Amino acid sequence: MKKLSARRRHPLAALVVLLLALAFTGGLYAVFAPASKAQADQTAQSLAIDEGKKLYAVGCASCHGTGGQGTTDGPSLVGVGAAAVDFQVGTGRMPAQQPGAQIPKKKVIYSQAEIDQLAAYIASLGAGPAIPSAEKYGPEGADIAKGGELFRTNCAQCHNFTGKGGALTYGKYAPSLEGVDPKHIYEAMQTGPQNMPSFPDTTLSEQNKKDIIAYLDAVNSDDTVNPGGLSLGGLGPVSEGLFGWIFGLGLCIAVAVWVAARTAKAKKS
Amino acid sequence: MSTAANDAPRSRGKAPAGERVADWADGRLGIYSLAKANMRKIFPDHWSFMLGEVCLYSFIIIILTGVYLTLFFHPSMNEVTYHGSYVPMQGQLMSEAYKSTLDISFDVRGGLLIRQIHHWAAIIFLAGMFVHMMRVFFTGAFRKPREINWLFGFLLFVLGMFTGFTGYSLPDDLLSGTGVRFTQGAILSMPIVGTYISMFLFGGEFPGTDFVARFYSIHILLLPGIMLGLVVGHLILVFYHKHTQFAGPGKTNKNVVGMPLLPVYMAKAGGFFFLVFGVIAAIAGIVSVNPIWAIGPYRPDQVSTGAQPDWYMGFAEGLVRAMPGWEINFWGHTLVLGVLIPLVIFGVFLALIAVYPFIESWVTGDKREHHILDRPRNAPTRTAFGVAWVTAYMIMLIGGGNDIVATHFHLSINAVTWFVRIGFFLGPVLAFIVTKRICLGLQRRDKEKVLHGRESGIIKRLPHGEFIEVHEPLSQEQLHTLTAHEQYEPAEIGPTVDENGVERKVKGSEKLRAKLSGAYFGEESQIPKPTVEEYKEITSGHGHH
Repeated sequence: MKKLSARRRHPLAALVVLLLALAFTGGLYAVFAPASKAQADQTAQSLAIDEGKKLYAVGCASCHGTGGQGTTDGPSLVGVGAAAVDFQVGTGRMPAQQPGAQIPKKKVIYSQAEIDQLAAYIASLGAGPAIPSAEKYGPEGADIAKGGELFRTNCAQCHNFTGKGGALTYGKYAPSLEGVDPKHIYEAMQTGPQNMPSFPDTTLSEQNKKDIIAYLDAVNSDDTVNPGGLSLGGLGPVSEGLFGWIFGLGLCIAVAVWVAARTAKAKKS
Repeated sequence: MSTAANDAPRSRGKAPAGERVADWADGRLGIYSLAKANMRKIFPDHWSFMLGEVCLYSFIIIILTGVYLTLFFHPSMNEVTYHGSYVPMQGQLMSEAYKSTLDISFDVRGGLLIRQIHHWAAIIFLAGMFVHMMRVFFTGAFRKPREINWLFGFLLFVLGMFTGFTGYSLPDDLLSGTGVRFTQGAILSMPIVGTYISMFLFGGEFPGTDFVARFYSIHILLLPGIMLGLVVGHLILVFYHKHTQFAGPGKTNKNVVGMPLLPVYMAKAGGFFFLVFGVIAAIAGIVSVNPIWAIGPYRPDQVSTGAQPDWYMGFAEGLVRAMPGWEINFWGHTLVLGVLIPLVIFGVFLALIAVYPFIESWVTGDKREHHILDRPRNAPTRTAFGVAWVTAYMIMLIGGGNDIVATHFHLSINAVTWFVRIGFFLGPVLAFIVTKRICLGLQRRDKEKVLHGRESGIIKRLPHGEFIEVHEPLSQEQLHTLTAHEQYEPAEIGPTVDENGVERKVKGSEKLRAKLSGAYFGEESQIPKPTVEEYKEITSGHGHH
């Protein structure tokens, strides 16, 4: 020790300490960094990226640029991640038909394999959220009531109480969440497509997302039971008022016409 | 009276039970004369005269179902944790009011059905009152002697709006809580008094812990109590004035042609009550209304899109949504014009239709009683005014639902709002002009029919080759019906110089009245109805025309 402390003022001491520190962090990184993919996997991945690049050149490059760098017609795709591609292409929003206030959901034209290839290519441009695995959005271990509370706090102001959709400014809108694949709901929360803000895991944890998806499945899916009868679109008082006027009052008036038309035969007295 | 009467031989035997009961009751209540005067009251037959009955019956249904709901509802804002049978709310914190509404919906026998009947009946009640009011308006049934009853009806409509609103607020769900917050905003926008009223009403800062209990007593006691009194007054006046009727043969200003209250109308009205109840119950059984379980409990930090009030408050909602968010800051005080102006328009716009009968009677100077109804076409200016009012009302309803309109017709919400802003001013003017033209066109058609008969569709060729269409003359009854209305002359300002040659000052109100009267009844505003001479001249000569 004495030897070491004696040389602590040596002009090269700082350099030695720096080298030691670099070696230490490098060593830590080597220990904790994810192991690199197996060689075969790597080939499959680069094959997918190649295929994805070809698909991209045909379907996407006209707006997003040949390298995904974006143009005046479409934003840059560097760093949006595979999840964004899976959402946009998997719901048919991309490739877009025409520019507008918002790109609507439409028929999906790529197969899931092609979508994965596209996603792989975009993911290779820059790191971003990956496509979630099935257990992340599955119903196991989800708290529906908590999901409802989270939904009303974070989502209802655009998507309505139970996700029936709502209007935004200048023709933009929050779409209805009825019949949307849980995977796509998860990806939308994570990536914030179009006018939607993104809710990364630091804002809404994985468990929160799972809860919200379970809540939507309970209140807004094909097998949701509405205890009150027909839900009139779940849009609240506007559709109720319209129904009340047309069918409620309409039927009452129809009955009134019927009653008024049937008069008693007056007895001559 | 005397014992002699009792000793008289009883040849007719004992009176039937009903008669004895009636006699017993009359001896104590003196109802005989009342019943005698009213049992044979005549009611004319027309479906539009039954709109008021729809309102009355739905009001009765609301009271009956409301009583049932009070048995289970807890008007308290104590915070509790839900452990009932609706799974997506398990373990949520909510007020007792919201929890008890969930319990009514899921755990009380028949609770959800009764809740839905109550709510649907309220929606139909208000819609019925609106249509009933418009029927009275367009047929001129508000004229003397019925102005007071018109005001009673108007008050019922306004009170109905507020009773409905307080009831909508009771479950303390996220939708109604947003509505209450909206109302508090409107109260706060009132200069000087706003903050005080808000603090008194909510017992401190919004939302506090009091408003559900307070709205509860307003909703179940105060407002319905006043409404019940007004309904009784409204009905007494209907009996007292007797019902109006449309012009027709044998119908005059001094009689009523129709069926007597007992037995015919009692049976009809009784049956009609059950039909209305049936319609409302069937709708409530099939269609969901205000599903508070899907909406969630109120928390001031949450809000949903598509948060509208029930339809009868949609007009107010529309005014606020359409109004630009102007405000003035003045010496540290804020005047929120974006809310205050809609609030003022709301009051003024409703008052406009309420005072219309008095405006019209001032313009016409007609102080006679009217029991024969006008056909809307024969009062073009009034009809046009009414249609203009309804147009503005409906445009504001669109404004209140601008987001739903935007999403369902794939429009921009900003475009819808601009349509409403412009439409609120332009729509009534267009509606006024168009309606007046249509009324005049219909008047011309009536005149044509009276003078030339009905087009029969038969084409006849005359010997010299001319083709004519054969017109069938109308029957005497039809001729009477089409010409029974009277037409006013526009009022003149009268002589401005008296007999001594002294010029008097013409008051501004006099000039205004003459001007309005000219607009109402001038050449541009009514088609002179055919005279007997015209009719004779045309029908005596040639067989055709």
